[in-house]
Amino acid sequence: MSSKYLIFLGCAVPYRVSSYEISARKVLTKLGVELVEMPEFNCCGLPLDPVSHETMLILAARNLALAEQTGLNILTLCPGCAGTLKKVNKILKEDKALREQINGHLKDSGLEFKGTVETKHILQVLKEDVGLEKIRNAIVKPLTKLKVAEHVGCHLLRPKEYIGFDDPEDPQTLKTLIEATGATCLNYIDETECCGAPSVGVSDKIALQLARDKLNHVKMVEAQALITICPFCHIMFDTNELRIERMFNETYGIPVLHYPQLLGLAMGMTPEELSFNELRVDTSKLLQVIKEGVN
Amino acid sequence: MTETAISKEPVKASEIDPKFKYELSRMHGGEKLLKCFQCGTCTSDCPVARFSDTYRPRTIIHMAQLGLKDRVLNSDTLWLCAACFTCTDRCPQGVEVASVIRVLRNLAAEKGIAPKVFKEQAASILDSGYAYKIPSLRIKKRESQGLPPLPKSNPENVRKALKGVKFLEKIEKEDEQDEQ
Repeated sequence: MSSKYLIFLGCAVPYRVSSYEISARKVLTKLGVELVEMPEFNCCGLPLDPVSHETMLILAARNLALAEQTGLNILTLCPGCAGTLKKVNKILKEDKALREQINGHLKDSGLEFKGTVETKHILQVLKEDVGLEKIRNAIVKPLTKLKVAEHVGCHLLRPKEYIGFDDPEDPQTLKTLIEATGATCLNYIDETECCGAPSVGVSDKIALQLARDKLNHVKMVEAQALITICPFCHIMFDTNELRIERMFNETYGIPVLHYPQLLGLAMGMTPEELSFNELRVDTSKLLQVIKEGVN
Repeated sequence: MTETAISKEPVKASEIDPKFKYELSRMHGGEKLLKCFQCGTCTSDCPVARFSDTYRPRTIIHMAQLGLKDRVLNSDTLWLCAACFTCTDRCPQGVEVASVIRVLRNLAAEKGIAPKVFKEQAASILDSGYAYKIPSLRIKKRESQGLPPLPKSNPENVRKALKGVKFLEKIEKEDEQDEQ
């Protein structure tokens, strides 16, 4: 079965996390997921929810209405976008008065939200559309020597009422997908806790302390890498790891990979193809471990 | 941004808006505010509260229930919530704690109180459809990275859709004033 999605890039990915987009597109294409570009999409709306809920609803509804015109479902790389589009889809489908109010805003540009498309995050597409069996069959270089930790982040898990995709207290999807590559996924303290990204710009100090707390827990179990599925979480752990090390006079040296980069390696792609050069934390030791594991 | 705690000065009767909690309960996300019985699950599970000396979701909810409108809306700590929704998922009373805090933030923003970062993102969305100003170098680099061109969005239609939203009109006005 082939699956076809509109790819929703959101803002953070094209702004500064191209390694995620590059690796995700390569892996999805190879696994038979067709991605269609949508030139009209705008920000999902989440960044402005704190200051204007109405703005968030309009921006999200506009994206959903655009997708509805094509009849295709949406695939996002960012859990924030996925969470927002899922949530707004549910809210507007259930609340007729609010739907009419929001549609009033879209009318002038010839759009109408009807609630006919679904939004899935890449992780959900890998689990539900591609399926574990197909992924396992695509593995040519099992990463058996590798022990990693995972960080799903918040918005693909909570609030459960709107997302309902995995168990928010003990999520399994990313773990299962990591283990499909042959790597071991370690458990650690407070796995589901926030990376701190939403507090950046409001209190950088608190934001970095949250990320540091997580890095400490990951270090405790001696994980060789941390695997993320969110551009913001990735920025917190990879881009900011050196900053945190300097700020607190500590050393982590934990490489932070996007899940598609890990999967891509196991599928036989090279670190160059998967844009490892864009990562801030040095991955040479990690790649050595993988190489020895493959022989 | 400074971390100013919610004032703990003795409460004056004139400060209390007894209808505030009902106002909040009628807003999207604030519906279950009255069900909070102050158990403290939200604060004890809050990752931000762990590292902040002032941010306490239970206190914010309590102040809102008491009708201490100005104290809550003027407090910087309101903006420290990371919207991780742990409190919302774990509240035994089903209060959408993070959403109540969002409702309060929205009201503060309508009064013109909001950290700069949100105004910047709003301006960027009105200008380009994206929350960040994506550098032209990044956009050009996509081709050499084997990526399709960056979708252009449609800022004109985005602005059309957002017409009449109070917070954004305020920002556009501020922008015009800055330019003059």
